[in-house]
Amino acid sequence: MNSILSIHTVRFIVLILLQGLILNHINFLGYINPYIYILFIALYPIKNNRIALILLSFFLGLAIDFFQDTGGAHAGASVLIAYARPIFLKFAFGAMFEHQIIKFNTVEFGSKLTYFTLLTVTHHFVLFTLEIFSFSRIILILEKTLYSSIFTIILSIILTIIFSKKIK
Amino acid sequence: MQQIINFIIRFKNFLLLLLLFCISLALTILSHSYHTSKFINSANIVTGGLYESFHHIHKYVDLNTQNDMLAEENRKLRLKLLNPVVFSDSTYIDTASYADNYRIYNANIIKNSYSLTNNILTLNKGAVDGIKQDLGVISSNGLVGIIDKSGKHYSRVLSILNTSTRISAQLKKTNHFGTLIWKGGSPEYIKLIDIPKIAPVQPGDTIITSGRSSIFPKGVPIGVVNDFELDQSENYFEVNIKLFNDMTNLEHVYIIENLHSKEINNLTNGTSDE
Repeated sequence: MNSILSIHTVRFIVLILLQGLILNHINFLGYINPYIYILFIALYPIKNNRIALILLSFFLGLAIDFFQDTGGAHAGASVLIAYARPIFLKFAFGAMFEHQIIKFNTVEFGSKLTYFTLLTVTHHFVLFTLEIFSFSRIILILEKTLYSSIFTIILSIILTIIFSKKIK
Repeated sequence: MQQIINFIIRFKNFLLLLLLFCISLALTILSHSYHTSKFINSANIVTGGLYESFHHIHKYVDLNTQNDMLAEENRKLRLKLLNPVVFSDSTYIDTASYADNYRIYNANIIKNSYSLTNNILTLNKGAVDGIKQDLGVISSNGLVGIIDKSGKHYSRVLSILNTSTRISAQLKKTNHFGTLIWKGGSPEYIKLIDIPKIAPVQPGDTIITSGRSSIFPKGVPIGVVNDFELDQSENYFEVNIKLFNDMTNLEHVYIIENLHSKEINNLTNGTSDE
């Protein structure tokens, strides 16, 4: 239990620094950035209580907001996906979620991809809606959501594959 | 009472979500009205300091291009010094003739941003260096933004790549002026609206600041006209401008303080009140 706790603490801090100092400045094609800090929310233990996850996501998002001067956009989007996570889990893993036996290392690739995609697209859509904050530019919001999501999903899948042996 | 407590316990997750989401929403709305975003900004000591130390590392990678840019600027300044004739048709600001009215500070950008729709930069100079709100920020190539808030050692700049920035600009060859706005998208282009239809706009024309506000002196270069079209009312041009500045590669900037801005503002406010 102790090692799980320390792994998540380290992941929390590393993801904030990685996102704030490096990934926010990639700006592929001018404005496309991956937001992989949501991996923390995605890979949080299933059995732990939701209140803790929701609170942690809020502070995670807020930390990113400090770096990017975006007010509360990241915090809002993170809180929302943290709350909606069980729905995505149920949709992506079905019966496995009912029996609470999901291990992110062992699940099949297809359901993992579905899960990440749902989480990422929801997060990015809320994020860009809050950041741009104007429904008259819905096209720009959708465009940014689409491109950034593709980037984020690819990067998260690669990262989980690379680190899958260490995280148990 | 029992029922209320039961209700709270049953929906505690949802209530927590609602509370935190409202907080984020409030912060977002606050951040969209700029001078009030006091809490979440990167000019504070924690993120400002982090950016500063990370900037030290990052600086070396970019050193060559930044040196080239500074050397190029030095060359131009030297040229002006030796050869006063060139100086009238150069696109660069003649700081010499404004010597009495403007004070110039130099600063480094420690956090650049251009991929959001409301971009904010962070500078490594703050109130202790004499930086105040509403000073103009330019680089050797042209306009960068306006100081939005100055912390003790760092300050925030509202970039021209921000949907709430409004800067008065004009054509270089005539005095027709309009307002610079940015609608998001590519950091290379910016829009100039409200140019009267009668103005002789042509692709390739240079756009400069108009000096109508007290922030920027007249003649700071902005960019060249890329294309233009009539707006919906068919009375004004909407001009697409290609910026001189590469907003994605900024390091050394200058902050301009207009020493007469208080007087000018008092005068203009006085007349508009009556």
